[in-house]
Amino acid sequence: MSRALRQTWYMTRRHLMGLFRQPVWIAITLVQPIIWILLYGALFKRIVDIPGFGSDNYIDFLTPGIVLMTALFSGGWTGMGLIEDMKAGVTDRFLVTPVSRGALIAGRLLMLGIIAVIQSAILLSIGMLLGASYRENPAGLLLLVVCSVLLGASFGALSTAMAVVVRKEETVIAAVNFIILPLTFLSGVFITLSLAPGWIRTAARFNPVNWAVEAGRGALAPSPDWGVILARLGLLAAFALVCGWLATRAFRAYQRSA
Amino acid sequence: MDHAIEAEGLVKIYPGDIRALDGVGFRVEAGTIFGMLGPNGAGKSTTVKILTTLSRPDEGRAIVAGFDVLERPSDVRRAIGVVSQRSGVDREATGRENLRLQGQLFDMGGRALEGRVSELLDRLGLAEAADRIVKTFSGGMQRRLDIALGLVHQPTVLFLDEPTTGLDLEVRADMWDEITRLASEEGLTILLTTHYLEEADRLAKQLVIVDRGRVVAEGTPDELKGVLKGDAITVELEEPDLDGRVERALAPMFDVREIQLDGKTLRARSDDGARAVPAVLQALETGGAPVASVTVSRPSLDDVYLRLTGRSFAEADTEAESGRGDQEGVRR
Repeated sequence: MSRALRQTWYMTRRHLMGLFRQPVWIAITLVQPIIWILLYGALFKRIVDIPGFGSDNYIDFLTPGIVLMTALFSGGWTGMGLIEDMKAGVTDRFLVTPVSRGALIAGRLLMLGIIAVIQSAILLSIGMLLGASYRENPAGLLLLVVCSVLLGASFGALSTAMAVVVRKEETVIAAVNFIILPLTFLSGVFITLSLAPGWIRTAARFNPVNWAVEAGRGALAPSPDWGVILARLGLLAAFALVCGWLATRAFRAYQRSA
Repeated sequence: MDHAIEAEGLVKIYPGDIRALDGVGFRVEAGTIFGMLGPNGAGKSTTVKILTTLSRPDEGRAIVAGFDVLERPSDVRRAIGVVSQRSGVDREATGRENLRLQGQLFDMGGRALEGRVSELLDRLGLAEAADRIVKTFSGGMQRRLDIALGLVHQPTVLFLDEPTTGLDLEVRADMWDEITRLASEEGLTILLTTHYLEEADRLAKQLVIVDRGRVVAEGTPDELKGVLKGDAITVELEEPDLDGRVERALAPMFDVREIQLDGKTLRARSDDGARAVPAVLQALETGGAPVASVTVSRPSLDDVYLRLTGRSFAEADTEAESGRGDQEGVRR
């Protein structure tokens, strides 16, 4: 076990080094979510005036949503890096060493987790600079970060599984646009679901993105409803496990079909 | 005799009922360079994938470094080094980082690993470039790093899948020297696939020729060329023979046959060309047909391939590229 963990870390370190050597990537991943907060924050500023919105500061409401959305999209794009590795023969080079197969997947997911923590911290600081206040419940911040890590890792695993099966960048791009983007809108990332049509509320009940939103944002409320939060968190953790299992299965199938 | 690799009746069928391998089998003597020669799409890369545990055969079995590839893949992986056709280097990392990570995957670490990494960088002439990002390497440097990656953990069997494809001639010659040196210094068994006839001829002690997923010939390069029976002797005469004096002069020589005269060019075959030449020259001079120049050439593997498959090597390559061939590289 410790061997697999060590190898996971070697892989994570490789991915992180690769990312830190791309200043453009760092700039984009930092600036883009900040733009989301500024843009959506300004666009929907007055939304809190709608009766029943349940919050009087939209930045307060939006920031946790953007934290989760950012982790979700990083997860969605994970497959791209893997496809690049497969095309360059890097994956095959690793597969003919005794490296633990699980470490090859877990290494990417751990990288996602680390990036999600860093991004969450930055986004929450920006949100606070813009007037969001989470003073009532700092422990909730931690739970929000846990949710963003779980959500990012789940979709990272799904993206990995898909990359291994289809091996085409175009398909990953399509999946991010046609699955992940709609999932974001079928959740309470931008507005409270009590204002959404009934069918969206129904869809959101089965949407892992919304589980993360309800648990993460719920934990920041002045008086959190821990029953709901833990139930959503449990669903999200179960979803992450299923996704991880799928990714491992896909990887095994890859080796058999080679 | 000790065998480092034994393959028996390997069959691999890809979706669409494409038989990439149709019963490939051979044995590789430990400590030697073994060549697998064939055009694109012949099944070389598929064979390497099976022997290196990357792919599973539909039929047949293989033992590498004493372990069955299907039953003990982890043991096989510890014993082998693989330098595949598609490099596999992480181009966003430095040369040293690439080597270090590779060693760590084999549970190496600490000073032993750092030492081995530096040693390999030195030996392959990469010491100065070691801490540069691989993207900035030339093709030849990257290929040398590929080889270093395959050697970090001191494998006993090294697979070189088309190590010189895409390199220019000069770099290729360097690479040949490197491979020869490695085989002797590290006591390695090397399985080399190539579609360069010259490369197999020059490096391999023993080789198989594969075509359409089957082994069509096996032996040393000389044995295979011996199939053609004899060296080619080509003589340039000072002037064309008009009265048949050349034929008369050579008629009594029993070890020279298949004599053909074309203007001033005389072609013949002999079992031992070098030995026959002085006698041929003397006979021609005394017969009144002065000689301008003479060359003796061993039959090439190209001739062997043509004889065995009825196609020239270049023809088979083109055919593979336009037709069924590319399953190997592209479809996986």
